[in-house]
Amino acid sequence: MKDYTLVITDDNTGVIQPDRIISQTRSLKDEGFRFVTMSSTDLGESICVIYHLDKDLELVNLKVEAPKGKKIPSISSVYSSAFLVENEIKEHFGVDFDGLPLDFQGMLYLDEEVQRTPFCKIGINRV
Amino acid sequence: MARTVLPFGPQHPVLPEPMHLTLAVEDEIVREAIPKLGYVHRGLEKLAEIRDHTQMIQIVERVCGICSTLHALCYCQGIEALMNVEVPPRARFLRVVWAEMHRIHSHLLWLGLFADAFGFESLFMQFWRIRERIMDLQEATSGNRVIVSVNLVGGVKRDIEPDTERWILDTLKIVEKEVLQLKSTIMDDFTVKRRTVGKGVLTQERAYELGAAGPTLRASGIAQDMRQTGYAAYGELDFTPVIETDGDCYARTVCRFNEIFQAIDLIRQAFAKLPQGELAVKPKGLPNGEVVSRVEQPRGEVLYYLKGTGKKFLDRLRIRTPTFANIPPLLEMLPGCDLADVPVLILTIDPCISCTER
Repeated sequence: MKDYTLVITDDNTGVIQPDRIISQTRSLKDEGFRFVTMSSTDLGESICVIYHLDKDLELVNLKVEAPKGKKIPSISSVYSSAFLVENEIKEHFGVDFDGLPLDFQGMLYLDEEVQRTPFCKIGINRV
Repeated sequence: MARTVLPFGPQHPVLPEPMHLTLAVEDEIVREAIPKLGYVHRGLEKLAEIRDHTQMIQIVERVCGICSTLHALCYCQGIEALMNVEVPPRARFLRVVWAEMHRIHSHLLWLGLFADAFGFESLFMQFWRIRERIMDLQEATSGNRVIVSVNLVGGVKRDIEPDTERWILDTLKIVEKEVLQLKSTIMDDFTVKRRTVGKGVLTQERAYELGAAGPTLRASGIAQDMRQTGYAAYGELDFTPVIETDGDCYARTVCRFNEIFQAIDLIRQAFAKLPQGELAVKPKGLPNGEVVSRVEQPRGEVLYYLKGTGKKFLDRLRIRTPTFANIPPLLEMLPGCDLADVPVLILTIDPCISCTER
């Protein structure tokens, strides 16, 4: 039996630097991991983005922290399906992803009239 | 012919919910598809910050009516992991019963909508007629036809008495017989095959790489199903994922059709092994920490990320639904198809836009 719930701890999930996310996800893809999704949380001054990958139903998580409004590399060049959730996080949390192949300019779900990131505890102006 | 851009949706006869696709076509052959969402975006995840974590069960059940009990199950499972709650065995088996009833009604709903998408209205009515039997079972056991609100943190809030169990098993016999009668129509009919065989092919490699979920993934030959992890009581039941290998619209249809019989079998197994005992335990404390919880909805794997900080409100709730995962595969299937096949292709991922946008 595999884990259907995974409690995230410092032992099973490391925080990596934003500039290493592409190489890390690429090496996991080479090992046969598939992209599940990404989650994000507001840490106050920064946003934590969690990458969820899976192989044979075993989940692996990677965490990246970035100051609000700063860019982090898009992993769409590694997993092309990531573009959708990256657009969502950009829209809701203001994280700008560098190298997005299809950028909805913050209007995947929201309209232009929404001026601040709605999912941050203290919103920032939308890009 | 020069490239023409056509809007598809958000209001279209084949779409039960609003979604927009910008289609670039040449001679009625689709060359590119770009999605636009946002017509039913409610921001439900944000409510977790201002609603008690137990109240959130009722909210996640409304992310999508069709998968209501499975949203609640996934959410409760995550909170239970954070609070170290051991769910009683009877509750785990009852969760399987309601989850599989949901799967049957969802697949019958989809088969009807799919038949309607290519103009086979009598088949649509036949599938929905059978579905009503399952809706009656859901209403009798949970009090509601669609929003089956039975899950609690720590177990379930309703029991199924032996009389009701017998009635469910008798009804399932009828459902099984009636669905079987439609097998030759859905699988062998010339018109159905003409509209589905070889259309919207998703190869095994691309399905995996693009992160497809549920029948969209399994119809491409990948035997991945979250029920293999053994959540609820699936670990104590005999279960092997239903797969097809061709990856086309026909394979996805056959996969869902066969999953109905598997769901009936799982309910029978669950009742055969249903232990006596309490329905729920009272959880102590408040959720603290981060957890990822996953279950298999009728449309595929759903993932919940929950973050608690020891308060009654969660710090973050994130939901990744199967339709969200199946949009990139859909965008892969559309280029190269006839414009007339677009509605059929879209329906074969069983799109739920309320789920996708939350």
